[in-house]
Amino acid sequence: MTKLTVNGQEHDVASAADTPLLWVLRDELGLTGTKYGCGKAVCGACTVLVDGAPTRACVIPLSALDARTVTTIEGVDSAVARAVRQAWIELEVAQCGYCQSGQIVGAIALLHDNPTPSDEDIDNALDGNLCRCATYVRIRRAVHRAAELIA
Amino acid sequence: MSITRLTRREFLRHGLTASGGLLLGVRLRPARAASDAAGIPSFAPDAFVRIGTDDLITVIVKHIEFGQGTFTGLPTLVAEELGCAWSQVRAEGAPADPSRYANLNWGGSQGTGGSSSMNNAYIQMRRAGATARALLIAAAARAWQVKPGDITLSEGLVRHAASARSARFGELAALASQEPVPKNVTLKDPAEFVFIGHDLPRLDIAAKADGSAVYTQDLRLPGMLTALVAHPPRFGARVASVDDGPVRALEGVEAVVELPSGVAVVARDFWTAKKARDALLVKWDESDAFRQGTEDILADFRARAARPGLVARRDGDASTALADAAQVLEADYEFPFLAHATMEPMNCVARHDGDACELWYGVQGQSLDLGNLSRALGLPAEKLTLNMLYAGGSFGRRSNASSDYVVEAARIAAALPGTPVKLVWTREDDMRAGAWRPLTLHRLRAALDADGGINAWQHRIVGQSILAGLPKPPPADKVDHTCVEGASTLPYAIPNLSVESHQPSLPIPVLWWRSVGHTHTAFATECFLDELAHAAGRDPLELRRALLVDDPRRLGVLELAAEKAGWGKPLAAGRGRGIAVHHAFKTWVAEVAEVTMLEDGDYRVDRVVVAVDCGLVVNPGIVRAQMEGGVGYALSALRGEAVTLVDGRVQEDNFDTYPLLRLSQMPRIEVHLVASREPPTGVGEPGVPPLAPAVANAIFDACGARERRLPLRRAARA
Repeated sequence: MTKLTVNGQEHDVASAADTPLLWVLRDELGLTGTKYGCGKAVCGACTVLVDGAPTRACVIPLSALDARTVTTIEGVDSAVARAVRQAWIELEVAQCGYCQSGQIVGAIALLHDNPTPSDEDIDNALDGNLCRCATYVRIRRAVHRAAELIA
Repeated sequence: MSITRLTRREFLRHGLTASGGLLLGVRLRPARAASDAAGIPSFAPDAFVRIGTDDLITVIVKHIEFGQGTFTGLPTLVAEELGCAWSQVRAEGAPADPSRYANLNWGGSQGTGGSSSMNNAYIQMRRAGATARALLIAAAARAWQVKPGDITLSEGLVRHAASARSARFGELAALASQEPVPKNVTLKDPAEFVFIGHDLPRLDIAAKADGSAVYTQDLRLPGMLTALVAHPPRFGARVASVDDGPVRALEGVEAVVELPSGVAVVARDFWTAKKARDALLVKWDESDAFRQGTEDILADFRARAARPGLVARRDGDASTALADAAQVLEADYEFPFLAHATMEPMNCVARHDGDACELWYGVQGQSLDLGNLSRALGLPAEKLTLNMLYAGGSFGRRSNASSDYVVEAARIAAALPGTPVKLVWTREDDMRAGAWRPLTLHRLRAALDADGGINAWQHRIVGQSILAGLPKPPPADKVDHTCVEGASTLPYAIPNLSVESHQPSLPIPVLWWRSVGHTHTAFATECFLDELAHAAGRDPLELRRALLVDDPRRLGVLELAAEKAGWGKPLAAGRGRGIAVHHAFKTWVAEVAEVTMLEDGDYRVDRVVVAVDCGLVVNPGIVRAQMEGGVGYALSALRGEAVTLVDGRVQEDNFDTYPLLRLSQMPRIEVHLVASREPPTGVGEPGVPPLAPAVANAIFDACGARERRLPLRRAARA
């Protein structure tokens, strides 16, 4: 059993120690908002916050997470998170939507660190989050819009 | 918003008992009284609209939602005619039943593709809304003993002004369900539209911003197991033997199932199944395996291009005109295999109950899947239930000629009767499986006359036929239009024109990929025309204008894009501008790209101006989104994408070797919509074809390099 705090709730997790966090979240805890895209940290669809930092859940094993705090798309609930979600809805960013949990969690982490990011800051923070529908124009606009909403 | 996950019978029962409402078909059969267990009357399930006593309007959408906006666009049509408030409207995926939910552009076949959803359903869905409206009016008129003509509907209320009476839709649903369905309904005058043509919010957007939207990957059924499959390392290889002893002993592994397509490991969860699948010892029989590489295939294609092919179009006599010409230009263009690389890799949930099978997944090609499943399982189509879920992208992948992963899931489920099984393909499984955009070679020759006119154009295309992979393929000596579309329909006035097709057979599964043949024909034709313009000393825009006769909508987008982009305005050194125009799936799109050359032949696309004529614009925001996405999707392929084979083995199987476009590479995009009263046409695909030629032409303008082999990662300066 590994102790894991997810979205403010403590869990004793039974998955094998080598299980990537992504599959603990999805298969054991039933939190399916975090998506599988590549399995090797090259697409960003599985982005969650581990102790507040954006992390690729598909490669970090459960054994590396003892006593750490995980926040997923289902649990993000700060003022920044609400602003990001509102901006995402206003600008209708999503198309197929599959990568958007990762995009949104990544955007929240960025705005927590830097409430007024430039285009370049946004590129740097989210360049590892692939979107096959290429909603990038709106992702960038929505991050700026969220920054306005926070200000 | 919900996507139904119920069987047809459950769906009916649910729809009626939960809402006690009105199920309405638009086939305008005489109303058939139907009732569920609770005896609530309704119309038989030829149904597109359900009005619940809770006032919710559920629109049953026959086309899948994978980002292109059908779950908003089709309900908009119903809501417009019905007179409800947009906040009342929900969308629900239709069951697989071609008798009720056929694509009207495809005869009796059900499925989504060819950017046809809005085009085929435009009148059908409006009639569904108008019919529901007529029934609500009839019910109110009877209840209130007033004339139907004095009743109005708007914002979800039925009103009779003179008597100051009103009712919510839900209050009238049960009464309305007893009214006879009118044979004819009057549709609104477009001048009265309040929803069509306006930016209604997408119905799927909130669920896609909080992680609650359910994709196949997310579906959890009681007792469900997860399956992964070991597939052969080369096309045409088969299982020789399998040693599954060590794997069967692993905790959490429930079954190992040998399949025609490989060996499945079924386990309690993904990670257990993944480890077990990777540990499986399979010996492959590769005696019939395909061992060629990309370069072998290309060499063969080049040799074929030297010979005449099947005739796709012949005007005048191009061969003689070329032989007699003063100046002949010739160019080969080469296009790689491309993966759809949807963000959600292929997957499918299936439960086989012995004499029936139920499946849950992103169902795009209902008729294809029903046929393939029926043959594979030996069950009639009536025993198959397909539940449509959101799909994390498709771009053609899920409209599935062989139903590869769907059949695979069903076969695994058949080995474990009663147990729901989720088949998951990893990214690597998905990319190695084929079903790619075919590798294609184009050879073009053209004759220029002394005045800079084009007197002849000969175009040979070599590539696998996609239609040859269908369950009932057309004869091999017939031109597959998906190989030549966009080339055989060349719009330019050239007196001697020949388009030919070679369709070699290879054991590599190929499939339609967002805009299909246009992905390569638009590049070859619009780049070659640009080459001819420069050879003739003519402006590429001016040459197109001169060659377009009686083609006002194509000229319309061409002029609009050129004007908005500032065609002809000088650019700084190292920058360039290119233009392309193309017609695909009934929609015209022109794009102007501006590029800046960087170090070592790399380049940046700074700005793309798009002009689109898709007839009546139902939802401007969604049309813009599809153009933006189409530009990004096409640019991604142009800049980096290629699946290659070496000795029959796939070399690229994840995003580290198959690079997709990133945020920092996305250009500024300006979309201009042509105002039109023509029927609406598709927008999912047509934004794709003009982008790559516009960019390649801009690179030539910037640095004089003509790159004719894709992907175009770097441009060698001339």
